[in-house]
Amino acid sequence: MPASPVRPSGRFVGVMAQVLPAERDLRRVIGDGDGVPDGEVEGLSEQDLLELHRWLVLLRTYDERSVVYHRQGRIGTYAIYWNHEAMQAGSVYALEREDWIFPSYRESAIGLLRGMPASTILSWWRGHPAGWWDPRDWNVASICVPIATHVPHAAGLAWGKKLRGERTCAIAYFGDGATSEGSFHEGANFAGVMRAPLVLFCNNNQWAISTPVSAQTAAKTLVDKAVGYGIPGVRVDGGDVLAVYEATREAVTRARAGGGPTMIEALTYRAAPHATADDPSAYIDPQRVEEEKQHECLGRYEAYLRRLGLLSDEAAEAVRVEAVELMRTGIAEAEAEPPPDLGLVFENAYADPPPSLAADLAELRRILGAPGA
Amino acid sequence: MHWSTNTGVGLVAELTLVEAINDAFHVELGRDANVMVMGEDVGRAGGVFRATAGLLDRFGPERCVDTPLAEAGILGSAVGLCMAGWRPVCEMQYDAFSYPCLDQLITHVGRYRWRTGGAMEFPLVVRMPYGGGVRAPELHDDSPEAYYVHTPGVKVAIPSTPGDAKGLLAAAIRDPDPVVVLEPKLHYRTMRGEVPEGEHVVPLGQARVAREGTDVTLVAYGAMVPLAERAAEELEDEASAEVLDIRTLKPLDEDALLASAAKTGRVVIVQEAPRTAGYGGELAAILAEKAMLDLQGPVVRVTGYDVPYPYWQIEDAYMPSVERVVDAVRKLLEF
Repeated sequence: MPASPVRPSGRFVGVMAQVLPAERDLRRVIGDGDGVPDGEVEGLSEQDLLELHRWLVLLRTYDERSVVYHRQGRIGTYAIYWNHEAMQAGSVYALEREDWIFPSYRESAIGLLRGMPASTILSWWRGHPAGWWDPRDWNVASICVPIATHVPHAAGLAWGKKLRGERTCAIAYFGDGATSEGSFHEGANFAGVMRAPLVLFCNNNQWAISTPVSAQTAAKTLVDKAVGYGIPGVRVDGGDVLAVYEATREAVTRARAGGGPTMIEALTYRAAPHATADDPSAYIDPQRVEEEKQHECLGRYEAYLRRLGLLSDEAAEAVRVEAVELMRTGIAEAEAEPPPDLGLVFENAYADPPPSLAADLAELRRILGAPGA
Repeated sequence: MHWSTNTGVGLVAELTLVEAINDAFHVELGRDANVMVMGEDVGRAGGVFRATAGLLDRFGPERCVDTPLAEAGILGSAVGLCMAGWRPVCEMQYDAFSYPCLDQLITHVGRYRWRTGGAMEFPLVVRMPYGGGVRAPELHDDSPEAYYVHTPGVKVAIPSTPGDAKGLLAAAIRDPDPVVVLEPKLHYRTMRGEVPEGEHVVPLGQARVAREGTDVTLVAYGAMVPLAERAAEELEDEASAEVLDIRTLKPLDEDALLASAAKTGRVVIVQEAPRTAGYGGELAAILAEKAMLDLQGPVVRVTGYDVPYPYWQIEDAYMPSVERVVDAVRKLLEF
């Protein structure tokens, strides 16, 4: 059982008619400092709480700097995850290093939490091959761009590890829109049937670009879908990093014990555009966005830590400076990558490529007068 | 199963085409503990065509897996299984039932190695019975090879004989890249042939001259190879027809194609799939680009028509026939 499934009133109430009833069985740990008491998560030390803070700041800084880099023309189109950091940090903190992460593009920078260099992820958004990584180096799969199609991959990996007698779990991240996809269904169903040690993590930010979650499903909540796969489902406040951590820890513990997959629906609100190429003014209520921004996940967690007397202004500033410095280094390294050789166009798709590719490359080099023809 | 010695080189058996596939599975799963078979009804039932018969009992339910009825889930989870070190062989129960798996094939199977900068391999196999002539309901008769061939990052093989059915499947299982194998279901049980016992690999990317000839080349693969051979016999008094069995559509054995075209100067391509943007068009384009001066006439295609595969009472009118191939050859000889 969670230490404190607090249900405060006042927050997430009065939502727009098009979103799901947000309060239904929503787990929370962090209070509001004003009548709703703070809970705590058993087993988390002060050091853990501060490390979680560091992770949130790292993710937040990456995201905010990336939007700036995009505006400066230093990275391409970028999928913003502002106010999603608690879901990513809280869930990854419940994993072990050997567990596998299957990110969607909304979790593009989640590898940072495993020590992946910021330059790698920035290179990915720069369309540079330095953004390729070997998933085994971090146990982080490649960023999945098409919606939900990585859910079966995560199910297969978790099942395959279980077949080998390993204790590895997997977690797949996807959004609310993804639950409408066939791939989500097939992956969740496979995981249920195979009792794969998998966490199906739905970040329900209530929007799929311009489509509200009410247009995705007639279900009361997204986690209701878990029933259809015969697996447990839990609904948490996605802006509450501790509630997310605790729910994920329970799911992972169950998975390692042979209990199969769990679906977690983390409810939040997309308080930023879908991506840098998106203008949400056509479809979203700006007042609602402003309200949501007032209780974004990092601020809530910092207030919680301050109430506990764990976070000083100096400590918060030091964490921020560290994250900004990491990004400064990351973008510098990404921009220092030499332009990729055109030969890369023909490489890596096959271990044993058809001979026609070598001929095509030679022809292209000849036409372009490039060296190495 | 009847075993006999093959001129002292090794044992061979007279097997049907589907028995040869089953033999390949028994050998390859026995050889490599990372190979596993998964699909609808492949375990307890041994597959609807019995291609996987006996594997569940011999290798256990962890390596011969009855899956949910979900083709995208089968191929999608196979991607994850590869990441966990397995070499999954996915059965799609029928050609047209494979279409839901195209999403995974196009968006991930053909791209994932590339996406990792070549670091991770995805040595999976997708195999399926394909083609018509079996008096089956709709969507049990398609020839979908062009969809697969068109997808970068995957290889495609189509055997025409029991020996090649075993050898190409073994090659596909051992290959480091994803391979799609389409098996002519018409000949699963109607064709018998010699099949080497034990390990038998037919390398991908090597065509086979099924019949030597000098006047015209009939290029075919899968179920169209024996048809082309019958047409060649029919033409025996008029012309010496060579039959080239492509065997691997990607990577194509271009040298064999061009050598045969250079030798005979005339090419007729026989393809069961609908004509437009079919694989025969690719072969014709290669001949146009690289064999122009060797050719004494146009490259001609005999194909299925650009229609949904018809109801089975009239399916013979759709399928390329000996008559249509012979007619095409005669026209070409008169060109």
